[in-house]
Amino acid sequence: MANTQHIKLKVNGADREGDVETRTLLVYFIREGLNLTGTHIGCDTTSCGACTVLLDGRPVKSCTIFAVQADGREVRTVEGLMNGATLHPLQEGFHQEHGLQCGFCTPGMLMSACALIEANPNPTEHDIRLGISGNLCRCTGYQNIVKAVQYAAAKMQQAAAKIQPVAAEIQPEVAA
Amino acid sequence: MIPAAFEYAQARTIPEAIALLQQHGEDAKILSGGQSLIPMMKLRIARPAWLIDINRVPGLDSIEEQSGHLKIGGLVREAAFEHSDLIRSKFPIIHDTASVIADPQVRNLATIGGNLAHGDPANDHGATMLALGAEVVATGPQGERVIPIEKFFVSIFTTALGPNEILTQIRIPLPPPRSGGAYLKLERKVGDFATAAVAAQVTLDGSGNCLRAGIGLTNAGPIPIKAKKAEEFLRGKKLTEANIAQAAQLASDESQPSSDLRAPAAYKRGMVRELTKRALTRAVERAQG
Repeated sequence: MANTQHIKLKVNGADREGDVETRTLLVYFIREGLNLTGTHIGCDTTSCGACTVLLDGRPVKSCTIFAVQADGREVRTVEGLMNGATLHPLQEGFHQEHGLQCGFCTPGMLMSACALIEANPNPTEHDIRLGISGNLCRCTGYQNIVKAVQYAAAKMQQAAAKIQPVAAEIQPEVAA
Repeated sequence: MIPAAFEYAQARTIPEAIALLQQHGEDAKILSGGQSLIPMMKLRIARPAWLIDINRVPGLDSIEEQSGHLKIGGLVREAAFEHSDLIRSKFPIIHDTASVIADPQVRNLATIGGNLAHGDPANDHGATMLALGAEVVATGPQGERVIPIEKFFVSIFTTALGPNEILTQIRIPLPPPRSGGAYLKLERKVGDFATAAVAAQVTLDGSGNCLRAGIGLTNAGPIPIKAKKAEEFLRGKKLTEANIAQAAQLASDESQPSSDLRAPAAYKRGMVRELTKRALTRAVERAQG
């Protein structure tokens, strides 16, 4: 078919490819083409943010971009957050702070929050609320989601602080 | 929701995109950020047979000062305005505007060229560009032509762009010293279109008189509205509370909102008045530095 195209892209660090109809939205390719069903389809009208993924590091609504547009680019989904068997600090934060009830919005919330704390490791509550303002949650009232992101940001900063003195100790030896 | 089938072409240059437009005529649409077009295609309000993707055309995503103008490429994403030091420091009105468009994810894809070329009177940049006295550059088979923003919006969802033209750049004259602007939007929630929104840009002389005032209204009629009577009223006057209030009333009189789910028309006119007052007040504060 003339309106089918072959695309190659990186998804969660791995090279993936497939034939897609040009009208296939990225979220359908991710869910049905790649069997990565962590990304949810909520409203399908660019409103709710449940389908949020990172495209070249920036959160986008994968129901509002065609899969062909992602050809040659890098996509991260909620499945890419864990490091081996270890939860990402954001996932741990959502668990510890009860950042979810029904869980439907969670994959999108996690990806928006992930982009936020990667760009801004020490966000204020206001920054967090702005960062997730394109994601709707109908259960939590957002309070615990904000706390979960704060938990993750604090944990990631502690981890970064632990690494730095070590690097400082090593440096003189290397110089010598 | 699945759009109707279409053929997809990725243009690498503007001439290539224009050639494709000429080849496919009215059946083709330019795909920029896609944040209005794709939802319309999903609802099948739009059914283009061809989509010509210009997202990978190089050189259309810069924001720069050049020969007395701020030049903005048509592919500049809304998010880029939020992070641009040039915009933050010299054009806070554009920073105001971009940061209230849709939501963060949409702003990562949506472009200023698409925002204007779509011709939706609810889109926010139109009013701001009217207030700033911008020009748009339309590139077509015969080359470039420059369209003053007051002549750009023709009617609802219709602009002065020809069928084979692409909006490639926005040019804004660099404001003289003692200039300031602001954009204020009343929206029910993040991501909604404006119930009412007002852009105001003023330039003062050394003794605080108004040399120039630009006022644009969003979602207050079939096209973004330039509140000319309010602008003329302010010229040469001190921007006192009373004069600002009078200008706000004139702007409200010039608005033509219709009643909808967001609010009745009378309420919207009231909000145009109040937002004009507040936007002018903030613009004056910024002009005074």
